[in-house]
Amino acid sequence: MSFIQLNDIVKEFHDPVRGTKTLAIDHVSLSVEKKEFVCLIGPSGCGKSTLLNMVAGFEKPTSGTVLVGGQPITGPGADRGMVFQQPNLMPWLPVWDNIAFALKLKGLSKTERQQAAQPFIDAVKLRGFERHFPGELSGGMAQRVGIARALLQNPAVILMDEPFAALDAQTKLEMQEELVAIWEKYNSTIVFVTHSVDEALILGTQIAIMTHRPGKLRELIKVDLDRPRDVTSAEFNQIKRHVMEVIKEEAQLAREVAPI
Amino acid sequence: MSFTRSFTQYLGRFWVPSLLLIFWEVFSRSGYIPPALLPAPSRVFMSWADWVFSIDEFTQDNAGHWYLDAFASSVRVFSGYCIASLLGIGLGVGIGWSRIFEKTVEPTLQMLRPIPPVSWIPLAIIWFGIANKPAIFLVFLGAFFPILMNTIHGVKTVSRDLLRAAAMAGATERQMLRFVVIPASMPSIFAGLRIGVGSAWMLTVTSEMVAVKSGLGYVLWDSYYFLRYDMVIASMISIGLLGFLSDFGLKMIMHKLLRWQQAGTLQGVNS
Repeated sequence: MSFIQLNDIVKEFHDPVRGTKTLAIDHVSLSVEKKEFVCLIGPSGCGKSTLLNMVAGFEKPTSGTVLVGGQPITGPGADRGMVFQQPNLMPWLPVWDNIAFALKLKGLSKTERQQAAQPFIDAVKLRGFERHFPGELSGGMAQRVGIARALLQNPAVILMDEPFAALDAQTKLEMQEELVAIWEKYNSTIVFVTHSVDEALILGTQIAIMTHRPGKLRELIKVDLDRPRDVTSAEFNQIKRHVMEVIKEEAQLAREVAPI
Repeated sequence: MSFTRSFTQYLGRFWVPSLLLIFWEVFSRSGYIPPALLPAPSRVFMSWADWVFSIDEFTQDNAGHWYLDAFASSVRVFSGYCIASLLGIGLGVGIGWSRIFEKTVEPTLQMLRPIPPVSWIPLAIIWFGIANKPAIFLVFLGAFFPILMNTIHGVKTVSRDLLRAAAMAGATERQMLRFVVIPASMPSIFAGLRIGVGSAWMLTVTSEMVAVKSGLGYVLWDSYYFLRYDMVIASMISIGLLGFLSDFGLKMIMHKLLRWQQAGTLQGVNS
């Protein structure tokens, strides 16, 4: 049995005001082995974030089951780490306290929390900024804090919802490189939602392409390129061309079904 | 150069009040109206000095009694304000956080809110008698609603994303309240506390007019009966001063507690 398992997921959204039902996800099954880095990609509105939110526990499937480490997901919890699109840090807590927030909830003392946070502060290269408040950090630094917080909760399962989408191109490249290093260091299993084909190809061991709404799994591609990934190599661009064609086709179909 | 410039800028803010004082002094000495009806600022100042230090007994029974009066008023304001803060923040968090609590409690409170505190005086006196209690009750009424409303607003506008982050860290509902909702609402709560402390002092005169025989508001009303307008004005300034000091104290606490808020804006980004 796989480490993260989505079994035959269906998600229907009800709009009680309009009395309509929207089928968002249509029978998706996905298995993620330990230490895989899966990038979920697809046209906007395909339900990739919804799928991730189900693994996080924020949404429940209408039918089907989500299992992590053999355990069914009943709600959000500290056994998985999540990195959001916005850093979502508590602005009143300094960096170290944000990273160790889960331990604060467990009632650990200040020194215990500081000690526990330090290796993760070092891992995301924020040494020297422990006592800064989130308002004093740049976007990239704030997102590093978000990653460190997720790692502290559980480095084994990291869920990421377009975490680099709001960063500038240069910072984005640096963060992608560092994320790969972190993933290798902690042997993490990562599910990463993105809309950037480049990002998916730089990061992932697998790329799951979804169809337009209602989202189905269209294709699962294994990416066996050497790291660090060379974005100019022929192999890289061969896969990229294929993925882009598929997404373009799906986006085209999406427009035919419902104009955006 | 820069010193003289900042010094003249500093002086700049005293122009308007100085001119007003000079105009007031000249006007009341001109004999255009009886000086008893509009005492000159110098007269008010001297009376006030006598009220505080008992210099020439010009303020008769009140001479040297300022500290007692200020203390009596402060105790009432402080008591009423503390009760208002505890209840306002407590109920505000409840209403802002829980739908059921909001439905059961809020309509009643919203109906009580527009009733002017002054109109409670008859009931306050028959309930609490003639002493500190009705005065404290009126101060409480004045401070309670601004604190309540701002707390509700603060709790309702807590970012959903922060709650999601806390849920992901394994927070229970109680932990969410303690570690996310209350700290996140602090800026709003403090806004309410600052408005509330102003309203509390505003009610000193009203509450001391009717029910008690001490305090700045009592001296004000009593001096009016004896046509001592110098003391009326001195009382007004005293209340203003104490109100200003209470707000200043709150501001200091706020700056200490909400240090994170100034972090990014005042000192710039330290990266």
